[in-house]
Amino acid sequence: MIILKMILKNAFRRKVRTGLTVLAFAIAILAFGLLRTVISAWYTGVEASSASRLVVRNAVSLIFPLPLSYYDKIRHTDGVSTASYGNWFGGVYISEKNFFANYAVQPNTYLKLYPEFVLPEDQKDDFLRDRRGFVAGRKLAERFGWEIGDIVTLKGTIFPGSWDFQLKGIYQGRTGSADETLFLFNWEYLDETLKQIAPSRSGQVGFYLVGVQDPNRSADVAREIDTMFRNSLAETFTETEAAFIMGFISMGQAIIQVINIVSIVVIVIILTVVANTMAMTTRERIGEYAVLKTLGYTGSHTFALIVGEALVITSIGSILGIVLTYPAAAGFKQGLSAFFPTFNVDPSTIVYDLGIAVLVGSAASFIPAIQAVRIRIADGLRRIG
Amino acid sequence: MESPSNIVEIRRVSKCYHRGDLVVPVLTDITFDIARGEFLAIMGPSGSGKSTLLNLMAGIDRLDTGSILVDDTDITTLSETELASWRSSSVGFIFQFYNLIPVLTAFENVELPLHLTGLSKKERREHVEAALRMVSLTERMDHSPSQLSGGEQQRVAIARAIVTDPLILVADEPTGDLDRKSAADVLDLMERLNRELNKTIIMVTHDPHAAGRAHLIRHLEKGEFIP
Repeated sequence: MIILKMILKNAFRRKVRTGLTVLAFAIAILAFGLLRTVISAWYTGVEASSASRLVVRNAVSLIFPLPLSYYDKIRHTDGVSTASYGNWFGGVYISEKNFFANYAVQPNTYLKLYPEFVLPEDQKDDFLRDRRGFVAGRKLAERFGWEIGDIVTLKGTIFPGSWDFQLKGIYQGRTGSADETLFLFNWEYLDETLKQIAPSRSGQVGFYLVGVQDPNRSADVAREIDTMFRNSLAETFTETEAAFIMGFISMGQAIIQVINIVSIVVIVIILTVVANTMAMTTRERIGEYAVLKTLGYTGSHTFALIVGEALVITSIGSILGIVLTYPAAAGFKQGLSAFFPTFNVDPSTIVYDLGIAVLVGSAASFIPAIQAVRIRIADGLRRIG
Repeated sequence: MESPSNIVEIRRVSKCYHRGDLVVPVLTDITFDIARGEFLAIMGPSGSGKSTLLNLMAGIDRLDTGSILVDDTDITTLSETELASWRSSSVGFIFQFYNLIPVLTAFENVELPLHLTGLSKKERREHVEAALRMVSLTERMDHSPSQLSGGEQQRVAIARAIVTDPLILVADEPTGDLDRKSAADVLDLMERLNRELNKTIIMVTHDPHAAGRAHLIRHLEKGEFIP
């Protein structure tokens, strides 16, 4: 009990030094938490993916289209419940900095495949009725202040020209991980326009989305679809939605690795800061530790005093960092909503933060503690006065 | 045959310090006894080995050769853990610079050695209050060391030294950092402890006035006692 009391009192003896170390640790935890949140936001699409959805694309590359004529064959494949299709449109709203994902989709089947996108029935009916209509995710509509009935013009990049759309509905995610930043419009509008301006590009889709009746049979269904189109002009490659998204993520793997490395570097830096604090603290108190040993306290008491003090400092820093992470993440969420549909602090990040407090506190104080334990009492007492 | 009245028996003790390749002898073949209830002062110039001898008797340093028996326990054969336990129950320490723990109150400083015993909180409080009463500091028990004068701090240190009722009290220059008045108070107190409680006190000092309070003065020079 007296050791615990001394740990707590010792931790705040040098208020400025302890305060600065706690602050530095809190900032490191904040940086670590945000970097971890960026990584988890990166994988949000994978988490939100459904095991019962498959994506069919051109076997050569995603940029090559598939004929619309595959649709009927795919939807009649054994094990398929629903099939839909679409194109990455790549339109720009006013300027490129306003990036958001926009797709031309077959609306009825697409919405059936994505029950996590909740759209009021009347809005859905309007969307299905008007080929120039589009629906937007709640966050996207909020970002640009769009309201139902607004006309929105996208400048085509893959499909040239100015494309006017009217907002017919705003969907909400059924779960927190659902992407509420999508811009979805009717594929018929794209195809009809292409028939006029670029007939050779009409009748083609970028991908098919396939709902399977039994997720356990996904691999069989995928194999059957790919077999069906083997040796055709446009062979297919079918994979689960999660694998499809992971394919995109792996393109940015280097960035994720850099973020991971930076996270570790942040921890190593703060480890040296805390280690320096503990080395100074231990050097100052070596006489006191010698006195305690003289009175009969053992090396383990000394060890507990030093490691305990470091753990108090890192724990307070960690808690402060965790508290700061939430508002900081909320700020980042607003600023990065175009890139990360969700930017929520994962509970595992908090567990990591607390683990880092224990790890850094123990590691930073280990060597000073061992030195203090090993010092001869007579040598320690000579440091006093 | 050793006399049963001796509380400390030192036999052929030698101790060297190593400074790199250099071996510096500090104590050479010291043999002497300290009687139970003795108040002994050890004097000598700086570097004569008096503090080293005190540290060896108190079990906070290790000798090279020889043996030291305190109340029939050969402390040179004890392990570090055993020695720590022995120190906590058998030796009371009084240092030149008081060596109180700054973050603890006077009461908590005196209580420190008692946390290593099996005493209950109530028993510890009784012991601490008795020790503080002995040094006339009960009214300042809740003060931190920084709120006490040097003389008061040394009296708290004495209370801490006696609170476990140790076999011997060792004092290393106990008045070395005090003004004349405070030094006299501390020496009065040590005399009382020796006279009324029959405590064996071994004191190292440069100060002839302090040494004059002891029953016996021994002079150490270049690691050997001189007649």
